[in-house]
Amino acid sequence: MTYIARPKLHHPTLVRNKVGYTRRDYEGKISTLCAGCGHDSISAAIVQACWELDIEPHRVAKLSGIGCSSKTPDYFLGASHGFNTVHGRMPSVLTGANLANRDLLYLGVSGDGDSASIGLGQFAHAMRRGVRMVYIVENNGVYGLTKGQFSATADRGSKSKKGVVNADSPVDLIGMALQLGATYVARGFSGDKTQLVPLIEGAIGHGGAAFIDVISPCVAFNNHAGSTRSYDYVREHNDAVSRIDFIDLADEIKAEPSAGEVISLPQPDGTRMRLRKLHADYDPTDRIGAMNHVQAYQAQGEILTGLLYVDPEATDLHHGLNTVARPLNALTEADLCPGAAALTKLNGSLR
Amino acid sequence: MKRLEAVNDFVVKFANVNGSGSASANELFAKSILRMGVPVSPRNIFPSNIQGLPTWYEVRVSERGWLGRRGGIDMMVAMNPQTWDQDVAEIEPGGYLFYDSTRPMPASAFRNDIAVIGMPVTAICNATYDDSRQRQLFKNIMVLGALSVLLDVDASVIESLFGEQYRGKERLLESNVRALHAGCSFARDHLKPPQAPEVGLRVKAADKVGDRIFIEGNAATALGCVYGGATVCAWYPITPSSSVAEAFDKYCRKFRVDADTGEHKFAIVQAEDEIASIGIITGAGWNGARAFTCTSGPGISLMTEFIGLAYFAEIPLTIVDVQRGGPSTGMPTRTQQADLLASAYASHGDTKHVLLLPQDPAECFEHAAAALDLADRLQTPVFVMSDLDIGMNQRLCAPLAWDDARRYDRGKVMSAAELEAGKDFGRYKDVDGDGIPWRTLPGTHPSLGAYFTRGTTRDAYARYSESGKDYTYNVERLLRKFETAAALVPQPILRAASRKTRLGTIYFGSTSPAMDEALEALAAADIHLDALRLRAFPFPDAVRDFIDAHDQVFVVEQNRDAQMRTLLVNELDVDPAKLTRVLHFDGTPITARFIAGAITKHVHALAVEPRRERIA
Repeated sequence: MTYIARPKLHHPTLVRNKVGYTRRDYEGKISTLCAGCGHDSISAAIVQACWELDIEPHRVAKLSGIGCSSKTPDYFLGASHGFNTVHGRMPSVLTGANLANRDLLYLGVSGDGDSASIGLGQFAHAMRRGVRMVYIVENNGVYGLTKGQFSATADRGSKSKKGVVNADSPVDLIGMALQLGATYVARGFSGDKTQLVPLIEGAIGHGGAAFIDVISPCVAFNNHAGSTRSYDYVREHNDAVSRIDFIDLADEIKAEPSAGEVISLPQPDGTRMRLRKLHADYDPTDRIGAMNHVQAYQAQGEILTGLLYVDPEATDLHHGLNTVARPLNALTEADLCPGAAALTKLNGSLR
Repeated sequence: MKRLEAVNDFVVKFANVNGSGSASANELFAKSILRMGVPVSPRNIFPSNIQGLPTWYEVRVSERGWLGRRGGIDMMVAMNPQTWDQDVAEIEPGGYLFYDSTRPMPASAFRNDIAVIGMPVTAICNATYDDSRQRQLFKNIMVLGALSVLLDVDASVIESLFGEQYRGKERLLESNVRALHAGCSFARDHLKPPQAPEVGLRVKAADKVGDRIFIEGNAATALGCVYGGATVCAWYPITPSSSVAEAFDKYCRKFRVDADTGEHKFAIVQAEDEIASIGIITGAGWNGARAFTCTSGPGISLMTEFIGLAYFAEIPLTIVDVQRGGPSTGMPTRTQQADLLASAYASHGDTKHVLLLPQDPAECFEHAAAALDLADRLQTPVFVMSDLDIGMNQRLCAPLAWDDARRYDRGKVMSAAELEAGKDFGRYKDVDGDGIPWRTLPGTHPSLGAYFTRGTTRDAYARYSESGKDYTYNVERLLRKFETAAALVPQPILRAASRKTRLGTIYFGSTSPAMDEALEALAAADIHLDALRLRAFPFPDAVRDFIDAHDQVFVVEQNRDAQMRTLLVNELDVDPAKLTRVLHFDGTPITARFIAGAITKHVHALAVEPRRERIA
């Protein structure tokens, strides 16, 4: 398990970002997952995204449920507080943490077992509430820690390592997120970091509930012939809808607009996100179109990756609740307690 | 037949149909007597239903100030034909039946040992009003008018209550007053001797209410959460606790809206279920906001996994449990104290939790605010164990009090400055000897104090560990913390008998008003008991001392399995034979008659050799 600390020595030539951190400062403990696990690539993508966006590590809170994926927050952002909660319940804990302090970045890491089975309800309600967060499901279609049982996202007809064929329909988290009102919905592949890092960066800058389903093959239990989550299968069936560049506002002037193929979306954090559309007719701001597109590709047995849907003007739960700008956990007696005089008056009305 | 005669000491029960608008008229009846300076204790007895099923409102009038349910009905206001037989049967011999005589009842429907007063209310209303809704609503007000004449309640007091209720709504005010007067004059003209039997029950103005207030426990709990600084509330609707969250919302909108921006200094989420509710407050508590949820027994069952996490990962949170009849869906609209064991030891593995046991709305207020402090101080879940009897009934209690000098106890939260100064931070290390470790909040310091919170075992520095030594250190520290809690929780209150006695009684929560009355009745019958009212679990030393100081202790509680007695035996290792069960669990609030009767029986049995009636 996780007791190995990485050496703290930094090479003097390591590049520092605008807030003075090197990429090493965003790392965590050494992973105890299997060698070649897709989840470790996702951790690396998170590290890169946070470093590139100049996010101070301690301003991130990492939350997870239970399972292989949920162990990963220990393997990145070691200077951030982390909370490995209970199975399937990360969304509610993240919601509460977010309510307590709206100033931090909330990163929820979950798996297909955690989010699509026991946690399906909490997944759904966190999406519909619009909790501002980056919610990543590391989706391998299998229960790794308990040694290879099917998860609820496993495709019907796919075969387990033991040779069992899955007879149940899969839960489609992308389809659900779109239907439930998530305002940033993307799918990535752990083996394609050039696409995944900008997807995470776009989610970090997003103003509402951002969901990224990352196909992450399980090398131990779901990477065999007959599986629909193996490296080979995903590479053959992956169809990317877009390549995203995430560009800082400061750099934007230098970026050359490539007319026709690029759309530029303002983000609530003041940056803009540029989307390079591979499919000329794909509009990621059209929720219904996204649903149709995803379903159409799914019917062809193909995995659509990229930014599937974004509402650039999304708001979040705090907006809906009309909470004060200051974090609730920083409010004091003066803000919260109405005082003895108000109570005396209230007593008077109760006689 | 001798008719009951009493001044300021009787019970009136209204039998109504749910959803017929009777509730506000009934409340006016109770409040008008209160305004005359005579204590009352009303109780709603209602079904799990929106409209159509029987509902009752029982008002005890007691100049002596006994606020427990008495048992027995002196006057029944029978407005529901569905429950006629049962309502008539409940009247004490010599008591009174007031009923709607629009439709004649056969003689066999009455009893010959009660006095009957019939008023054709429906006929009068139908003749007076065209609108069917008005006919229904004003029926209740006309009855109120008639009763005020029969029982000598000052109608002008009711009028002034109308005035407060309908301030600015002159038309409503005027029509209600007119209906009231119509009821009064009908009673004066037709319901007095010789046309009707004389009613021997009277309200006489007194000065026994003092500065006490009249409030539902759930509203007081919500106010305690407002005053105690709760900013996050997550809940899922369940009887009898929903009105805690609703009242919290109401009071927050009154007291916690920024005057300049209109923004809220609170966040309330109606979650998808009880599991999400406690998950949300777990996240909020971890992140330094004061957070609570409110629920009832079935919710506690659902929350147990998170309660274990919060216990083991040491996260402050407050759970208000407004108890109802269990198990399972049980009796959703009836009262019990039956969640004690499920709460005290909630979740798998070795767990123990802090429970606070309020006796009335005033203590609901105090305990809710105290729970928020204790949760932060102890970094653990704290339960406020109210019940339906306290929570959903208006009860006369001491005015709510707050000291402006009081500061929230945020517990041991290490600041960025302390970390910077090199203070050692071991998240699960006992540096102060009280079992309570220090914690840091997310976002505090760029490089110091971050840790990984988990429900798995760890060492004192929050590093994952499966070593037996680390595990034992941790769980023994949690026990030490629980001992610390015993000294911090509200302490028990001793009420000594007027003379030295070897008999004692232990009670708690909503049993309190019935016990006050029972102790006096027992003393009058020469049975003297020292009484200890528990206000929290874990038990402070005073509880053991009390049991040690008596030969026999009656543990009075409102559940079948003597759950508090189990906690006492289990936690204090006292001789079970010393603790006699006195149990009331039919879903109605416990009465003084029951307590006094049960204890008298035991005491008489104890007087026979061998002294011990039976072992455990």
